[in-house]
Amino acid sequence: MNDISTKTKIQGSSHSVRLWRDRVFVAGFVMAVVIGVAGLLALMLDVLIDGLPFLDFQFLTNYSSWEPHKAGILGPLGGTLWIVSLTALFTIPIGVGTAIYLEEFASKSKLNRLIELNIANLAGVPSVIYGLLGLAMFVQFLFNGSRNVTAGALTMTLLVLPIVVIASQEAIRAVPSSYRDAAYAMGANRWQVVKSVVLPQAMPGMMSGIILALSRAIGESAPILIISSLVVVAFIPTSPDSAFTVLPLQIFTWIGHQNPEFRGIAAAAIVVLLIVLLSMNGVAIWIRSKYQSRPEQ
Amino acid sequence: MSTTLNETSQEQLERVARRRRRQHNEQKIVTVLLMAAALISILTTVGVVILLVSQSVGFFEEVSIWNFLTGTEWAPHISPEQSGVLELVSGTLLVAAIAGIVSLTLGLGAAIFLSEYAPERLRRILKPILEVLAGIPTVVYGYFALTFVTPIFQGIFGPEQVSVFNALSAGIVMGLMIMPMVSTLSEDAMVAVPRSLRDAAYALGATRFEVATKVVMPAALSGIVASFILGLSRAIGETMIVKIAAGATPNLTLNPLESIQAMTAYIVQISGGEAAQGSFEYKTIFAVGLLLFIMTLGMNIVGRWVISRFRQRYE
Repeated sequence: MNDISTKTKIQGSSHSVRLWRDRVFVAGFVMAVVIGVAGLLALMLDVLIDGLPFLDFQFLTNYSSWEPHKAGILGPLGGTLWIVSLTALFTIPIGVGTAIYLEEFASKSKLNRLIELNIANLAGVPSVIYGLLGLAMFVQFLFNGSRNVTAGALTMTLLVLPIVVIASQEAIRAVPSSYRDAAYAMGANRWQVVKSVVLPQAMPGMMSGIILALSRAIGESAPILIISSLVVVAFIPTSPDSAFTVLPLQIFTWIGHQNPEFRGIAAAAIVVLLIVLLSMNGVAIWIRSKYQSRPEQ
Repeated sequence: MSTTLNETSQEQLERVARRRRRQHNEQKIVTVLLMAAALISILTTVGVVILLVSQSVGFFEEVSIWNFLTGTEWAPHISPEQSGVLELVSGTLLVAAIAGIVSLTLGLGAAIFLSEYAPERLRRILKPILEVLAGIPTVVYGYFALTFVTPIFQGIFGPEQVSVFNALSAGIVMGLMIMPMVSTLSEDAMVAVPRSLRDAAYALGATRFEVATKVVMPAALSGIVASFILGLSRAIGETMIVKIAAGATPNLTLNPLESIQAMTAYIVQISGGEAAQGSFEYKTIFAVGLLLFIMTLGMNIVGRWVISRFRQRYE
């Protein structure tokens, strides 16, 4: 008894006060999680309640219209499909190639440390800046003022490249070096080791990184707002040099429409966008957890 | 007999040598291609810097850097004299400060709960749910701020007090968006604190809260600080939420209920086609972009430096 009372004196406050304080703060920490989850739920419900009345099959197959009940998302849906396909086409070889180079081929020279540092910095550059770069480099310089889907996809490629590179690097690093050593011992050269040992092993990790990067490209709108600048699009892009809009940009223009009924249309489009993105994220998480059981080091 | 055997082994040797040479050449080509891919990232950075600097030169010929950074009136469409960026910077910082308070409180609280209190099974459920927040497009957050959060504040403070577009709604919603980033980075730092430190504190009779705040948090401080800096940098660079929900009124104010204009929102407003290419107004977006780039780059460098400099390595 005596011991305990000395100890509490030293610590300044009685045992019960300390326990009470503990409980209050636990409640605070739980609240932080609850508010986060509640915010997510509120957002989902807000969008569903506003959007569901407008959501039917025609909404997917109609073009944008001045009448809210006739408006659909066929144009931006086509644009988004173009953007994500072209972005995948550009990003996957460049991103995976960069990761392979940095992890398997590069010596730890200054240049390569510079490249790694640079990629980390690029991941933090605001997306509007990529929009300005795309406008100057692709729209004005490369395509002579044509605001086409390829310019949009190239801009998105630069934006999501760091995500693919960093995820691929991690996936490559997770391949045990004993696998490589075994292949080298059988006389394989570096590229053969990478091609037939490292890449197959790292594939699931890379895939989940690529899917996350592409879902970022689908959801991102600031650079496309700068590149496309189209308000109404009543066509699906037919070639890589077509004009275009994308789903998030269409949502943005509908939110800003004078007719408040268009907010419901915007919410309906948000529901479609979220379904696409959440299922992509789900697939990425599923791939990661399915293959995460790493072989013993 | 022996001569034929020698001939075939000679042929075999040559075939092997040819294959080796082919493989060697293939590897050489691949190495060059991979290196070219890696260089694209360097070219991107160089491109960004050259673009922003070269395009801002025209702007800074008409407006001195000092006037740009200290002027308190932003109306470049009226005259180049009114090109004081402080009105935009203050808008950006006001929203970022609100987002920072929200994301640090929620993110740190969630990180402490997940790493110190939650049982493993609950953690495995909660973490992915919170991370969904980070995957939602910013245009959706903008919609949420404008149609859900702002009406709530208008109900509380009265519609005449709260502008339809205001910094508070944008900041709070942005804080929600950044929360998973703060919580994941902080939690990673806290999980890395070794069990033995916690056990030592428990053995001295500390409560969980005391262990969390007096042992774990100080040991994980660098990760927590870095998560906060990186989160703020994210808030400064965010575009769509402020464009949709915070307004288009350059405004030097501390009142979060007023309409403001953030730097990013100004850039998309002008570059989205309002100003003719080559006009003075068009040049302003690159000057604002350059300042934005420097601010976010600086914070990212500091954030990563804090992580690497103060990371304590426990055995």
